[in-house]
Amino acid sequence: MKAAVIVFPGSNCDRDMAVALRAAGADVSMVWHKDTGLPEGIDLVAIPGGFSFGDYLRCGAIAARSPICGAVVKHAERGGYVLGVCNGFQVLCETGLLPGALMRNRGLTYICRTEPLIVGECDSAFTAEYTPGQTLMIPIAHHDGNYTVDDATGAELSDAGRIAFRYGANPNGSVRDIAGVLSANGRVLGMMPHPERAADPALGGTDGRALLAGLVGAMAAV
Amino acid sequence: MKARVYVMLKSGVLDPQGEAIRHALGTLGFDEVDGVRQGKVIDLDLADGTDPARIDEMCEKLLANTVIESYRVELL
Repeated sequence: MKAAVIVFPGSNCDRDMAVALRAAGADVSMVWHKDTGLPEGIDLVAIPGGFSFGDYLRCGAIAARSPICGAVVKHAERGGYVLGVCNGFQVLCETGLLPGALMRNRGLTYICRTEPLIVGECDSAFTAEYTPGQTLMIPIAHHDGNYTVDDATGAELSDAGRIAFRYGANPNGSVRDIAGVLSANGRVLGMMPHPERAADPALGGTDGRALLAGLVGAMAAV
Repeated sequence: MKARVYVMLKSGVLDPQGEAIRHALGTLGFDEVDGVRQGKVIDLDLADGTDPARIDEMCEKLLANTVIESYRVELL
């Protein structure tokens, strides 16, 4: 399985993501934001956390208009897999690949701690290794993670099984406790919590490992 | 020519920063403040004769996130 990790100025979880994906068995290449195309044969694009372009204008707004994002959108439209974590989730919402937007946390403070996440009732390669309703412990680290969608879209996401993860104790005010959302075809996932930071027993837990391993396994099986 | 773009959160979208400002004004004794909404002002320096439709396009494509924000353009 071949994965590309996109690097923007201000990305700071790109290498963590690459390490975790390699540990899960992926062949990983780093791709710079000014590139206009992805390497040949990429199965998964990972958009990492950080503060791309200093969060100027809006979180993820400038990154979403960078040259590489045109290629990422095409990859997704062809049915390719995309994982956006934290700032990567913000970027995916700004590209329009995922609905909604991420606003300032309800309490206005930056939150960095491990939170319980509840796996949603959904059918996706990202959640295949988990059981719906299972509780995972995954770190969050964000200032703008307050997921907002209109009521109709929120209901649609819920009915269609597109809420991949919910917070067990909503830390940021997100609508319907949403922590992670899938595209309609289930192949694009955006989530605020960091599974790549919970993928090594030496670094505070391994609950995120199955997400990456499931993804690599699903694509190896194709 | 110059244009000024005002970007505000849509009504109905909760504005945690505006709410914090309202709270702080209340703490300072400005009890008459019932609500605060915070937005952005973006000034554009444009080539003379720029079609205003182009400015709308800039707002739609980048300056505002129309999922949560509305915008208004003022030609200066």
